[in-house]
Amino acid sequence: MKDIYDVIIIGSGPAGLASAIEAKKTGAMDVLVLERNSEAGGILPQCIHNGFGTVLFNKDMPGPSYAEYFTDEAEKYGINILTDTAVIDMTPSRHVYANNIISGFIELKGRAVVLAMGCRERTRAQIRIPGMRPAGVYTAGTVQRMVNIEGYMPGKRFVILGSGDIGMIMARRLTLERARVERVVEAMPYLTGLRRNYVQCLQDFDVQLDLGRSVIGVIGDKRVEAVKTVKVDESFFPLPGTEETIECDTLLLSIGLIPENELSLKAGIELDPLTGGPVVDDKMETNVDGIFAAGNAVTIYDVADYVSLAGYTAGKNAAIYAVKLKNNMIAYRHPNMIKITCGYNVRSVVPQYVSPETLSATGFTLGLRAQTPMEKNVLIEILAGPTVIKSYKENYVRPAEMIIKNIKPNEWFCPGIEELSVIEIRLIEME
Amino acid sequence: MGNLTEKKFDFIIAGAGIIGVIIARELSKTKNRILLIDKEADIGMGASSANSAIIHAGYDPIPGSLKAELNVRGNKLWEETASELEIPFKRTGSYVVAMGGTEFTMLEELYRRGITNSVPGLRILSRDEFLTREPLINHLARGALYAPTAGVIDPFTAVVAAAENAVTNSAVILTGTELKGLNLQDSKITGIKTNRGDFYTRWLINSAGVQADSIMHMAGVRPEFSIKPRRGEYLIFDASRISLNNVLFPVPTDKGKGTLVSTTVHGNVMIGPNSMEIDWPGSPDTTSEGLAEVLKNATRLVPSLKTSDVIAEFAGIRASGGDHRDFIIEIPQVIKGMINLAGIDSPGFASAPAIAERVMEFLIEAGEDLELRKDYNPRRVAPPCFHKLSHREKAELVRKNPAYGRIVCRCEEVTEGEVIEAIKSPAGARTYDGIKRRTWLGTGRCQGSFDYPRVIEIMSRELGIPVTEITKKGAGSELVLRHTKEKEAV
Repeated sequence: MKDIYDVIIIGSGPAGLASAIEAKKTGAMDVLVLERNSEAGGILPQCIHNGFGTVLFNKDMPGPSYAEYFTDEAEKYGINILTDTAVIDMTPSRHVYANNIISGFIELKGRAVVLAMGCRERTRAQIRIPGMRPAGVYTAGTVQRMVNIEGYMPGKRFVILGSGDIGMIMARRLTLERARVERVVEAMPYLTGLRRNYVQCLQDFDVQLDLGRSVIGVIGDKRVEAVKTVKVDESFFPLPGTEETIECDTLLLSIGLIPENELSLKAGIELDPLTGGPVVDDKMETNVDGIFAAGNAVTIYDVADYVSLAGYTAGKNAAIYAVKLKNNMIAYRHPNMIKITCGYNVRSVVPQYVSPETLSATGFTLGLRAQTPMEKNVLIEILAGPTVIKSYKENYVRPAEMIIKNIKPNEWFCPGIEELSVIEIRLIEME
Repeated sequence: MGNLTEKKFDFIIAGAGIIGVIIARELSKTKNRILLIDKEADIGMGASSANSAIIHAGYDPIPGSLKAELNVRGNKLWEETASELEIPFKRTGSYVVAMGGTEFTMLEELYRRGITNSVPGLRILSRDEFLTREPLINHLARGALYAPTAGVIDPFTAVVAAAENAVTNSAVILTGTELKGLNLQDSKITGIKTNRGDFYTRWLINSAGVQADSIMHMAGVRPEFSIKPRRGEYLIFDASRISLNNVLFPVPTDKGKGTLVSTTVHGNVMIGPNSMEIDWPGSPDTTSEGLAEVLKNATRLVPSLKTSDVIAEFAGIRASGGDHRDFIIEIPQVIKGMINLAGIDSPGFASAPAIAERVMEFLIEAGEDLELRKDYNPRRVAPPCFHKLSHREKAELVRKNPAYGRIVCRCEEVTEGEVIEAIKSPAGARTYDGIKRRTWLGTGRCQGSFDYPRVIEIMSRELGIPVTEITKKGAGSELVLRHTKEKEAV
């Protein structure tokens, strides 16, 4: 095995594989993908539902087929994917330490690195559900893996907490496996996953959804016997007298995803508290030179195609960086990066920085999320100081659905834009 | 901890908590045949696995009590025990923090009690000296009683380590084995009945924790005595958000030592317990009210503790003796061949090695030959802990055993090698929780989401049982109920 690679990519999900392919296409010679699972694809192999590929291929594919397209491409381009390999340390100088059952504990160096570790699920500990500690409390993704990959059924009667996409998709999946989904309980007053999943996974299978309710207790010594739910107000305070005990043997948690960045922290990468992922610029480069990031490690996406598109951007720029480095050239970062900030009702934005050059010459992809739903006549306003330099109309904005905008060259323009330090984005509801 | 053909023992110990395993370890050094049983699927599942993890100094118990004597003695003995068994143990020292004038006078009372109990090194610190030692403390603190001999320990590892050493020295452990009755002849114990059949024994040592009273009652001992289990709730904080180096107590009250704020051997801040009498049976649960109470008490000592930094919460049980405030350690008059250890609540863990020592003395007085075997091995070697190793040591370990090359728990970086070791060790794990407690797997940010399927696969392979028989904590807690596409049993 080589020790030095042009581009090392950590994670072989929809972001990592796309990065690898694009890096190779852009001119990187040696591209290595490190994957901790036994199979390439990240979370895709367990996502046997459809909904993948609609943006990139104009096709409605299941997760494994979507992964297969990328693994086939990777093979075609001679990209090495090392599976069963967990990266456990990384330095700002792009030394990567990984553990593998065959090669042992290995040290590698990347001229450029792409962080594509994806995300993990929030757990019972994070929302602190009191009660006992029986078997039968699982996160939705874990059960998805058990059912779709391992072929295990962890329960017969489920209550699902959280109306996130994985939770709703699992409600359908479990019903098809002849389990009973007693209830989907959502603490927010609105759905947190995509509406199409509500229709296709809950409505079509007669699964009851309780909005504005939360789980406040787990009952059962050895195995879950029931969960206690209660109506909550908008600050999540339980409303007395609204308790309901639902008998079940499994509590499935679909209560949100968190970008996985423990490695990023080891490499000195700055994280954005709003996204939970690295702060990146329009090239998907982090604050550490030569380390790029893409996909759910950067911010939680709801459509895998956009994850891959971000991967393309990261892979392309990582390759450019690596090739320059190999030719003893200094990779260039614009001296005035403009910070994109979150204004009214914007929860998060990616990228957090854009160069004036990108704004005028190449354009870029902007992803943003709303804080709360706005259901009609919404304006996305782009501000330079007090001046609105561009606005976009939307029929609605919802926290569950990331707003993606492809910004063309000079689409955002005002005199002296190259001197700006900040561009603000806000969401306005028109009367 | 599996099957057994042998039926005859010199000593049977009922209850594999810290008291039971340390006594088993001491007896296993002799020529006697030792059987240690526990009704749970693993050792150390009761009070020993969920407590404050403190080796108390011994200033708190009433002078002249067994608690006072055995705590101070046990504290001293832990040094050697922890070293021989490679148990994580740090003599951090502890502080009792006085918040006002009245409390400050109580420190002097505690100090005097400590001196009477022969606690070494006690000192009352002024506010200024104390603040330099613990900057996170509430600045309204008036001063503190410093006890340098107090320490923190990993309680579950302590149980496992002592049990492993006992097994190495030929003790037998049977988990999932519940004592159902006694076989007696002329007021002497000749054996016990269990769900796994009868066993002969010359002695029964009752270290059954919350059920010690019911075993006593089977023998007609102290019919008036009953254990009043008390629940204590705890919160654990993210080590990257808050850390302190000390063990901090409030001034004690009639109800006990109060809610403490302490460091753990793993570097996390832990707060707790509260104290609530609960009904038995059933495992203790956490409650919103209880956890709020713990947090409120703890912020009185350390105001910067924040709910948002909590990563885990748990409840433990204490086998308190109700009105009988002291430990019961006795060979009862009414029956021969029995030793009862009951009401072992705090400072039970700290006292454990001294309690074992006392039991040995009783047995020698009763004419037992406890001469040490020449070939006994006092040492237990801790298994490798991958994430604590340097890069070079990791490389070396994986080269020697490739199973350490596969990470099964991504947050705590626990490898397949460590899981296999936890299963194959002398008192090996048979449950998911057993592996979790031995390796620390599944305790991190993802709380097991990543490792469940991997651990189920390894357990099934190593134990040679189908995945549907893998449990979280014994029968009835199966993790997987069936295979997909399989028909439900009607």
